Amino acid sequence: MTDARTFSSPLDLQSVRADFPILSRELASGFPLVYLDSANSSQKPRQVVQAIEDHYLIHNANVARAMHQLGAEATAAYEGGRDKVAAFIGATNRDEIVFTKNASEALNLAAHTLGAGLQPGDVVVISEMEHHSNIVPWQLACERTGATLKWFGVTEDGRLDLSNLDELLTEQTKVVALTWVSNALGTINPIADIAVKAKAVGATVVVDASQAVPQFPVDVSTLGVDILVFTGHKAVGPTGIGVLWGRYELLAELPPFLGGGEMIEVVRMTGSTYAPPPARFEAGTPPIAQAVGLGAALDYLSGIGMDKIAAHEHAIVEYALEGLKTVKGLKLLGPADAADHGGAISFELAGVHPHDVSTVLDTRGIAVRAGHHCARPVHERFGMQSSTRASFYLYTTPGEIDALVDGLEFVRSFFKVD
Amino acid sequence: MQLDSLYQEIILDHYRTPHHAGLADPYDVEVHHVNPSCGDEVTLRVELDGDTVKGVTHHSVGCSISQAATSVMSDLVIGKPVTEGMATYEKFLELMQGRGNVEPDEEVLEDGVAFAGVAQFPARVKCALLGWSAWRDATAQALAANEGVKNA
Repeated sequence: MTDARTFSSPLDLQSVRADFPILSRELASGFPLVYLDSANSSQKPRQVVQAIEDHYLIHNANVARAMHQLGAEATAAYEGGRDKVAAFIGATNRDEIVFTKNASEALNLAAHTLGAGLQPGDVVVISEMEHHSNIVPWQLACERTGATLKWFGVTEDGRLDLSNLDELLTEQTKVVALTWVSNALGTINPIADIAVKAKAVGATVVVDASQAVPQFPVDVSTLGVDILVFTGHKAVGPTGIGVLWGRYELLAELPPFLGGGEMIEVVRMTGSTYAPPPARFEAGTPPIAQAVGLGAALDYLSGIGMDKIAAHEHAIVEYALEGLKTVKGLKLLGPADAADHGGAISFELAGVHPHDVSTVLDTRGIAVRAGHHCARPVHERFGMQSSTRASFYLYTTPGEIDALVDGLEFVRSFFKVD
Repeated sequence: MQLDSLYQEIILDHYRTPHHAGLADPYDVEVHHVNPSCGDEVTLRVELDGDTVKGVTHHSVGCSISQAATSVMSDLVIGKPVTEGMATYEKFLELMQGRGNVEPDEEVLEDGVAFAGVAQFPARVKCALLGWSAWRDATAQALAANEGVKNA
């Protein structure tokens, strides 16, 4: 099958895959693992796991407040992670990087602190293709403040519907919070263009880059947005750490989010003053080993080259779209061409529920996601209750795409779909 | 992992032509249950006649396992005393949580024995229990309402 279609990637897949021991695992009945769920969580290279192990086994202590040698080492390691994140996304000031536990917490931080300045009559704009974590925090902020939530719709071909942009972006619009790459549709949104228009009406622009930062080069110094968030575990890093980048002037004027140790300046029983960013937003013992692991992950991705990873993703998506289109009864959810298409493809298979698709694929070693992928509204938009999603990363091979296509043909025959 | 043990013909038959599907009147209580992690949804109506289950109808959106289990569950409880339906649920739950080590009682579970294979797919057990949880909730509410009427 592979030779019938062309595939060209700038990556040496064999050497990349050698860094990820899990990818050579055999699953039940001797099937090799075909991991097509990286948009859910990516696999980790040996280098990341070793960095975390070294930290715990050799340098472990709490940060900042520990005044001993190990404390200094742990602090240097944690803050080193911050430097690496700043460099990776083009932030000019390391104090613009706030560590959270995940992207959801980062978005909640944004909605909570920006929400403190909202009042009735103000408008927050999101989109119909957001992950629940970029919907619910804004719904809560609007409920608390009396502000109004509005949203961009989605076109039939899975793109952001910008036809009513002028109605959505007005002087009342205080916040525009959008995903850069849809986790369900795969759509890559024109964030920089929308940011220009949102800034023109004075809105603060928040970007959910959870599916973007792992996939292509990101430079916040030229993007024109105010806040950008992502999570470590989708970028070959560990779970338990997320990142919020914010323009320093903006962060400096935002109120605290969570209260506790390290986020304060002076605490008195009658009231407290707060530390400057990023400490203001990092209450309690932070994810130290995770910051070390994330730093190692970003080093790993940089070592390979984000431009090459982006080119590989594009090639794999193009190859996968072609293959999936040959499966009878398969309906794509989202853009059908590879232009501006991130590394996730969701689809419906006529006559077979997504859970059944995923269970049958799983018995052949193929791991996909089935359900609404925490993006129920966009499924509703397309009249679907759920879908099957295959998602790819720097280690995904065309052979794995062939296995998926063959697996889907098997699903059709198993359920006797004509 | 044996696919045929999961997707037995009985299950696929119930999935293709579910029994008691389509919400009917009259009814005492209607509930809507979801599996938030996967999105499966069931709307279910219960009508009691004293302590007996007179009718169960449902409308569900979901996978073959959840739809077939709701269909089989309806067959098992309709016309039976509530206590017997609840006891059948306990047997079914025991089978689901048995990791394949529980011998199903066909006398009690009838077509429900076909779900024995589900116990070996931990991710799918909740699919098989969705309809049951809706029925138990609706029935408990209906009983409570009847109790309230009696005491009034």
